[in-house]
Amino acid sequence: MQRREFHKLLALGAAAGLPLPSLLHAQSASSDLYHVPRVGNVHLMHLTDVHAQLLPIHYREPSVNIGVHDAWNRPPHLVGEALVQQFELAPGSRSAHALTHLDYIAAAEQFGRVGGFAHIATLVKRLRADRPGALLLDGGDLWQGSATALWTEGQDMVEASKLLGVDVMTGHWEFTLGAERVNEILQNDLDGHIDFVAHNVKDMDFGDPVFASHTLREINGVPAAIIGQAFPYTPIANPAHFTAGWTFGIQERELQEKVDEVRAAGAQVVVLLSHNGADTDIKLASRVTGIDAILGGHTHDAIPRALEIKNAGGMTLVTNAGSNGKFLGVLDFDIRDGRIRDWSYRLLPIFAELLPPDPAMSDLIAGIRAPFAERLAEPLAMTDDLLYRRGNFNGSVDQLICEALMDELNAPIALSPGFRWGTTLLPGNVITMEDLMAQVAITYPAVTLTEMTGAFLKRVLEDVADNLFHPDPYYQQGGDMVRVGGLQYSIAPLAQAGSRIDQLTLDGKPVDANKTYKVAGWASVQQAEGEPIWSVVARWLRSQGSVRGVQPNQPEVRGLQNNQGIV
Amino acid sequence: MTTMKAKPISRRRWLQWTLVLGAAAALPGRVWATLVRPDAAFGATALDQALAALGDAPSAHEGIEFVTPDIAENGAVVPIRVAVDSAALPNVTKVSILVEMNPNPLAASFNIPLGTEVYIETRVKVAQTCTLYAVVEADGQLFMQSRETKVTLGGCGG
Repeated sequence: MQRREFHKLLALGAAAGLPLPSLLHAQSASSDLYHVPRVGNVHLMHLTDVHAQLLPIHYREPSVNIGVHDAWNRPPHLVGEALVQQFELAPGSRSAHALTHLDYIAAAEQFGRVGGFAHIATLVKRLRADRPGALLLDGGDLWQGSATALWTEGQDMVEASKLLGVDVMTGHWEFTLGAERVNEILQNDLDGHIDFVAHNVKDMDFGDPVFASHTLREINGVPAAIIGQAFPYTPIANPAHFTAGWTFGIQERELQEKVDEVRAAGAQVVVLLSHNGADTDIKLASRVTGIDAILGGHTHDAIPRALEIKNAGGMTLVTNAGSNGKFLGVLDFDIRDGRIRDWSYRLLPIFAELLPPDPAMSDLIAGIRAPFAERLAEPLAMTDDLLYRRGNFNGSVDQLICEALMDELNAPIALSPGFRWGTTLLPGNVITMEDLMAQVAITYPAVTLTEMTGAFLKRVLEDVADNLFHPDPYYQQGGDMVRVGGLQYSIAPLAQAGSRIDQLTLDGKPVDANKTYKVAGWASVQQAEGEPIWSVVARWLRSQGSVRGVQPNQPEVRGLQNNQGIV
Repeated sequence: MTTMKAKPISRRRWLQWTLVLGAAAALPGRVWATLVRPDAAFGATALDQALAALGDAPSAHEGIEFVTPDIAENGAVVPIRVAVDSAALPNVTKVSILVEMNPNPLAASFNIPLGTEVYIETRVKVAQTCTLYAVVEADGQLFMQSRETKVTLGGCGG
């Protein structure tokens, strides 16, 4: 801090009646956290899985994020104390709070909200001032996840990301706006501003590329290729009709060809902007050669260091930069004579109170929200509980959604998808319509009431469990376990596919394979008619008035002794 | 495409077959199809029966590139690709595709004229998560590559 700034602070502090130490503390925390010495000449900033959170939010990192087989106790599959130890974080520090669920409520109250585009904009501007030529990359899941994004069909996020200065992006939930809308945005808004890249989206009939595979940019005289990898399982994890005629997949071989092609075209730095999920990124990095870094997202893992993954051609860095605008990754390369001499990676948590809002971005966000202000602010109920979603098996928000579904649809069982987006609400707050929409704002929101046999119910749980715990990450889809209301079960993540789920009971009685049960649900990947989930849950919340004592229904987990991904 | 009996074929047998084929070529298509279709292999309801009907147990061969999706986008139309490196595995005469858990595992069988560079792309049905096999006959011996393709109910991603 300079002397002049110090005096300014003193004056401000006196005016605000604040005690001096707290001001100093805030200032030093900010300068330490965001002091990122520049390395080299190629600079990349990385945002991912923002899920349309324009304003600062809370987001509780998981206390259950299990890694199996090769991923056992390997980042990102460390939670709580194990994560703090692995990355040598100071217990109780801002960084420890940003990366773990530890003492969550108290720490969230102490350190305040995270993310927010006006605060990210300030940091991006600061970093750009010191890093001319830096590119800002967005890994996708940018245009979905909030009320305003749904109601404007992603337009709010398109405008905000253009103002933020995103240079290159790829996609996943973007596609749930439908192919037509995605193309409209590409033509009307992104053209000339943001390169939308995805080498692994092809026309189903002839294999023609749907999007540009990559962009080749010169950064301070160094040619750098950014190849896009959209979420490989979009038409499986989300309704396929949104992307009719397009085929996805990991496309490892095609990626290798693309890397070789851009190298031959002179790229001295090759980066994969990926929406694979962390474990798939790590496997891919071990098999494809010639990629310098995979900047990844999808599984919402915030990994504080770059992982160095060896392969036949040398080494590839893998980073994953969290979600909800809570983090910004900064990767620097020092390239001389066409070779990497040095590199540096930092994952910066965005603490709103440490980064003053950028005025232009604040104005844009205010303008976006103004027409919807009344709808967004509608109070639905009070919560005395911490409401969060993220975790392999359940979160309190999903428990609420399941209870609302069972009550409102008069069903003994509810299933709710294992999404990883959805923000966190601290106890003692009003749940507004905006808060609810942050959990359910999707383009296929219909609730459904289905009859399922006990055998089919088990098959559903087995199927999703395999998507989470398959030994090979290429066969995983990167969502969490389907949330269940009413049912109890036990799960053995290391067991064979089809035999992980056991002890399936309803009201203490074993589920009968041949009996038919009524099951309430939402977000079906089949085309379904029904009331939107938000109106069902909103009605239920209004009738409850307040929420307290929510106990997320958790399965009994078997066979994971000493696994550091579960507390 | 059509296919023939799958035993090691000597030059003499090949010539005999050529004569038979020459005669068969004069027959109308429908009759032709029933003559050369390996009904036993296509009719088999278990993988080992289907493989037995094709010939001996195949051994894995790196010269075969077999591409299937890790997770099928639609189990009813699963794109697959078989390419054989002719330097590593010459004289290919037949390529068969088997889907382990289908009611009839043999999904397709291609006769390959000698001297042809083998590159096949097609679509097969995959009833449920299982292993797919590309079985290649060359110089009368069977070789293979296999891959697991998952068929999932979908949903719940990300």
